[in-house]
Amino acid sequence: MSSDIAIRVEGLGKAYSIRHQHNDHVTLAQVALEKAKHPLRRSEREDFWALRDVSFEVKQGEVLGVIGRNGAGKSTLLKLLTRITGPSEGQIDLWGRVGSLLEVGTGFHPELTGRENVYLNGSILGMSRKEIDRQFDAIVDFAGVEKFLDTPVKRYSSGMYVRLAFAVAAHLETEILLVDEVLAVGDQEFQKKCLGKMHDVAVDGRTVLFVSHQIASITQLCDRVIVLDSGGITFGGPVLVAAEAYNASMRSAPAMAERRTTGPLRIDDIDIDPGPVSADAPKICRFSVVPISDFPVPYFVSAHVIDQRGVVIAQCDSRLVGLWLDPTAPQGVTLTLRQPWLLPGEYRVDLFVCSSGVIDSVEGAGHFTVGPSIPYPGGGIDEALATSLVLPDFGYTAEEAPAVSSSVAKPC
Amino acid sequence: MSTELVSETVAPPPPPLITIKPRRSWLPASPRELWTFRELTLRFAARDVTLRYRQTALGAIWVILVPLLGAGILTFVFGGVADLPGPPGMPYFVFTLAGMVAWTTFSQVTNRSSSSLVGNAGLVGKVYFPRLLLPISTVLSTLVDAVVSLALLIVLLLISGIRPGLGVITFPVWFMLVVFLALGIGLIAGALMVRYRDIAYILPVAIQFLLFASPVAYTLASVPENTRWLYQLNPLTGLLEGMRWSLIGTERPSAWVAFYATAFAVFTLATGIMIFSRMERQFADVI
Repeated sequence: MSSDIAIRVEGLGKAYSIRHQHNDHVTLAQVALEKAKHPLRRSEREDFWALRDVSFEVKQGEVLGVIGRNGAGKSTLLKLLTRITGPSEGQIDLWGRVGSLLEVGTGFHPELTGRENVYLNGSILGMSRKEIDRQFDAIVDFAGVEKFLDTPVKRYSSGMYVRLAFAVAAHLETEILLVDEVLAVGDQEFQKKCLGKMHDVAVDGRTVLFVSHQIASITQLCDRVIVLDSGGITFGGPVLVAAEAYNASMRSAPAMAERRTTGPLRIDDIDIDPGPVSADAPKICRFSVVPISDFPVPYFVSAHVIDQRGVVIAQCDSRLVGLWLDPTAPQGVTLTLRQPWLLPGEYRVDLFVCSSGVIDSVEGAGHFTVGPSIPYPGGGIDEALATSLVLPDFGYTAEEAPAVSSSVAKPC
Repeated sequence: MSTELVSETVAPPPPPLITIKPRRSWLPASPRELWTFRELTLRFAARDVTLRYRQTALGAIWVILVPLLGAGILTFVFGGVADLPGPPGMPYFVFTLAGMVAWTTFSQVTNRSSSSLVGNAGLVGKVYFPRLLLPISTVLSTLVDAVVSLALLIVLLLISGIRPGLGVITFPVWFMLVVFLALGIGLIAGALMVRYRDIAYILPVAIQFLLFASPVAYTLASVPENTRWLYQLNPLTGLLEGMRWSLIGTERPSAWVAFYATAFAVFTLATGIMIFSRMERQFADVI
């Protein structure tokens, strides 16, 4: 029944207008001048719909996941739900106060002390003085900055700063909470604490909208998921089905959408095994390049392997291995990535065809998952893997050295 | 509630707490909401006051020094160098300090409220609160300076034995009108400044011009007869004369001048609120 609804979104849309004149009229004088020159012409504008025709409902106490690639409309949706910006069409009904864990430390002022900032930031996020008073100790404790409460935050280390900022936001007590996962901040240890806090919130019985790029954390936390793509909902439903829909959308549509072609050679027939593959197994990527008869010089190809944080961990440029291709013949290319071993997680592959510049590029040409097992005899020791970008293939040898005699050890 | 119940007995869903729709209105979204956010308004004001004197050696003493220095300079230039006649039977300094109470309130509210949105761009782009809070909070933070200047003036009046007349009870009204005028201009300028940063350059020049074009440090009597009508078109003239009449008992502005200034101030504030509300929803997109 409808009385236990927390969020209802109907036909929501947000358009940004993009100007099509080559020089934007950003100053009053320019606008006035343009109006004087062409009194009747309206500046050419085109509406870009960052979000269109989006409808969904969230029940009280439900944890709804929102996933989508960059630019799919996730941030716009959050900005509309938090009323930072207004919608162009449609309607949002909210049964409860909305708190957001979107951006930490907004409103933190470097000159103010930790204590002053907790109160200021708390009010900005919508907490009342009483609420902050009550939560103050918990906030300070969570951030671990007791000793520096009366120091201006400009003297804080960046780690202390984000910890305090996150702690304030994490202690919001609104009925509805919007959480963006990229918010897990700080060093590894504190990130874990952040994620833990987000989990607590999610299982707390509050209504949560959890935004993430990572299907894995969504699967753990959410009851239901909507997948956003190009400003619309492409899927809404149970988590496991959504995961497949999301992976599918990552594989097909976006590859074409984020394609930048400047020349005649085109990448085609991309085949990347989505896995999961084990960390030490070779990763294979096949694609073909459509030939063109009048291209003057040989070209080379490159593939970037990018991890979930967006770090390019491998740039497999065919020039390095001496591969140049003939543009007049169809080419079937196979890339085998044997080393380094990869950490478990999801990876994206971008493909490029270049000669003197980039001729064709396909961002997000494919995705693959590396698998949960770790190829070391010692197994997966979290601490031992915490700071590696990739998994090195390494070994140790140790010989017991003869005991050092005491006369040498002593300083003379 | 069990689903076996007949549908008529099911209570209708409660109305939503918040409804968000597209709106382009000339009226503020919800005046009541401003009240629910009063704590944040106060906190913004407190932050501004704290920051103003943090990491200064003299700290809060500046609150007292600044109006004294300001009035001192004006007295030296207008009363000393230009040797203009002040009102009879009154030290020139008292006269300028009274003018300064009105003037500083006007210029500070205009300056601070107009730049409050751009100055808090990070907040505007990332958190929701009624945007009107920012300019309004600058009025509150300016009150601190006004109260200190007033206290100084009262001390001076006691020392020099000048008694304001019965007109002193109208002081809050004059003060309010000055704030209305300044906030109105600040709202219009602030809303425009979000898109056109040019305003940030125009406004200080305009305010500086107004300082000399208004009878802040000289009496209207020292203005030649034939240009006096021009002065009276300036709404600040009426407000300054009115406030000075209430504080130190100088000549009372004519009913016409007072009425004109009042209407102008109220109209400016109303226009300011309308333009601000109309543009409010786009602030986060263009700031």
